[in-house]
Amino acid sequence: MIKTQYRELYCSSPRYWGGLASLAFIILVGLGAAFYMEHNGHFVTGMSNQIVWGLPHVFAIFLIVAASGALNVASIGSVFGGPMYKPLGRFSGLLSIGLLAGGLVVLLLDLGRPDRLIVAMTTYNFKSIFAWNIILYTGFFTIVGLYLWAMMDRKFEQFKRPIGFAAFFWRLALTTGTGSIFGFLVAREAYDAAIMAPMFIIMSFSYGLAFFIITLMAAYWWADRSIGDLRLAKLKNLLGVFVGAVLYFALVYHLTNLYVTQHHGVERFILLDGGIYTNMFWIGQVVIGGIIPLFLLYSPAFATSRFAITVASLLVLIGGFFQIYVIVIGGQAFPMNLFPGKEVLESSFFDGVVAGYSPSLAEALLGIAGVAVSMILVAIGARMLRVLPESLEDPAEGECV
Amino acid sequence: MSINNDQPDLQRRDFIGKTVLAAGAATVAPGVLLTVANAGSDEGVSSAVRWGMLIDTNKCVDGCSACVEACDKENGIDLIERPQGQSDEMWNAQRPQWIRKVKLRDTQTGEISNLPMMCQHCEHPPCVDVCPTGASFKRADGIVMVDRHICIGCRYCMMACPYKARSFIHQDIAEQLTSAPRGKGCVESCHLCANRIDAGRETTACQDACNQEGHKAILFGDLKNPDSEIARALKAQHSRQIRADLELNTGVRYTNV
Repeated sequence: MIKTQYRELYCSSPRYWGGLASLAFIILVGLGAAFYMEHNGHFVTGMSNQIVWGLPHVFAIFLIVAASGALNVASIGSVFGGPMYKPLGRFSGLLSIGLLAGGLVVLLLDLGRPDRLIVAMTTYNFKSIFAWNIILYTGFFTIVGLYLWAMMDRKFEQFKRPIGFAAFFWRLALTTGTGSIFGFLVAREAYDAAIMAPMFIIMSFSYGLAFFIITLMAAYWWADRSIGDLRLAKLKNLLGVFVGAVLYFALVYHLTNLYVTQHHGVERFILLDGGIYTNMFWIGQVVIGGIIPLFLLYSPAFATSRFAITVASLLVLIGGFFQIYVIVIGGQAFPMNLFPGKEVLESSFFDGVVAGYSPSLAEALLGIAGVAVSMILVAIGARMLRVLPESLEDPAEGECV
Repeated sequence: MSINNDQPDLQRRDFIGKTVLAAGAATVAPGVLLTVANAGSDEGVSSAVRWGMLIDTNKCVDGCSACVEACDKENGIDLIERPQGQSDEMWNAQRPQWIRKVKLRDTQTGEISNLPMMCQHCEHPPCVDVCPTGASFKRADGIVMVDRHICIGCRYCMMACPYKARSFIHQDIAEQLTSAPRGKGCVESCHLCANRIDAGRETTACQDACNQEGHKAILFGDLKNPDSEIARALKAQHSRQIRADLELNTGVRYTNV
């Protein structure tokens, strides 16, 4: 068997530095937007006392969910022993760290008091799922960092498997925590469901792998290296399974809600007459993020098309973004039913009416900067560390079976 | 392709190791100091009392907003200036509202009721459960409030509150009262005029205003003292909690709704 050679990501200077500079520019613009929002206060955003979590949260949750999913490839390689995935483990670890960092930057810069980060890191209320999440995030960085080390340093080879296991369980815990941020909100009808946690896990599998495929192909294109068809086909088929599973979980979630009379209102809102949220659900989440990618991934017509795999992965990410938007913003926009059996005639605080939200440009710029932070970390990491195999050509026949 | 990094760079490894160590120390040290400094905080209020409210919706008058105005004045909410160029709708959605008037119609019978909504001061407040730093807390005397020294403005409490009772401060504060400090980027809500209670008074601003108008729809007092007016009233007549299904055991109760 040919030994996998890892090598830093070298490509021509203008290409590399040009890429880094454009990412850095996006980040600078995003930081400017964050400063603008923090300096003036959140009144310059579309957020209000009705929609308290806006577009930055959608970006942040999207990246954090994808982060834990991106680690899957490493887990398959070292925990479940998939030989085709093994050479991809290092890059998978690096990508997951990058995505998590990007998501957390957005989350932090959208706080009312980001200057109190030290308070958040030192004062804990252990009943809060948010506090657990802070611990889960910092732990994730540590464990995946060690995991990367164990994968890269031959002296620590023997720790690779146990740390791989730890990282695998930690990532499950992390996404359970992220899903439970919503699952534990008893007051709002769109949330308060235990299925949120496993649904977020399966979402993370799907988004994380889509991110992985796109960044892997981009990196290899950047550095003029090659990826074998068989390996891509494996990743592609796995993505198809995850996309199907996300659709299945969405179906179960809505079917459960539809059975409960109390939740008919919110289901009607999301599925039928919620305007933008209904469109985002059916067109964004189901068609763009589910049906079209499934077709592209499984149709024999595109069996060997790399373009189809790239498009499918991109669509999975776009659909996933809409899915999180519907969960986060749609769930808040639907009014809480404080007085069952009564209709609200007057209220100065929007009781009983759908809350409006139009995201401001600054919020979008901050969110996009989060994605750029992830990508720049991955680009720098791949340049400094030996995470990418020099060649990902398919192994000779019979080697992996 | 160039191979200019064939040997492991020991200097770099050393540098990374030291940086991680320093960053770790910088993260942990302030926390240790803060914990030491906080040890031995002074005594709090007594759990022998539990402050609560009883609202008689029959007495609450349509179109009257005396309680809202009194609350705004008492807590300096009226001092908050509307940012220039902000639309009516956004201003209403973003300005703090500790107490609000709500008018309801029964979808079956058509019965109309009016009531003030505010923080319900739950015995098991979801906002306190979810707060990552413990800034959202319940005092021993049952008052739920926000410690604005450690609120990081994450707004998770606003997501968790079943009554939409909390407000986030969306803009700079130019003027404020010493009895009601507030700051941009923190969350706040009704605290049953804790400043008055701590000064020995036993009425809230909204109750005073309602009485002054002659409606007497709001009754404030100690739920644990069987001789208090509110405890006797609660014993004598049927009252209900808003969203009693959540079993939060609210400190604010309503009759005739």
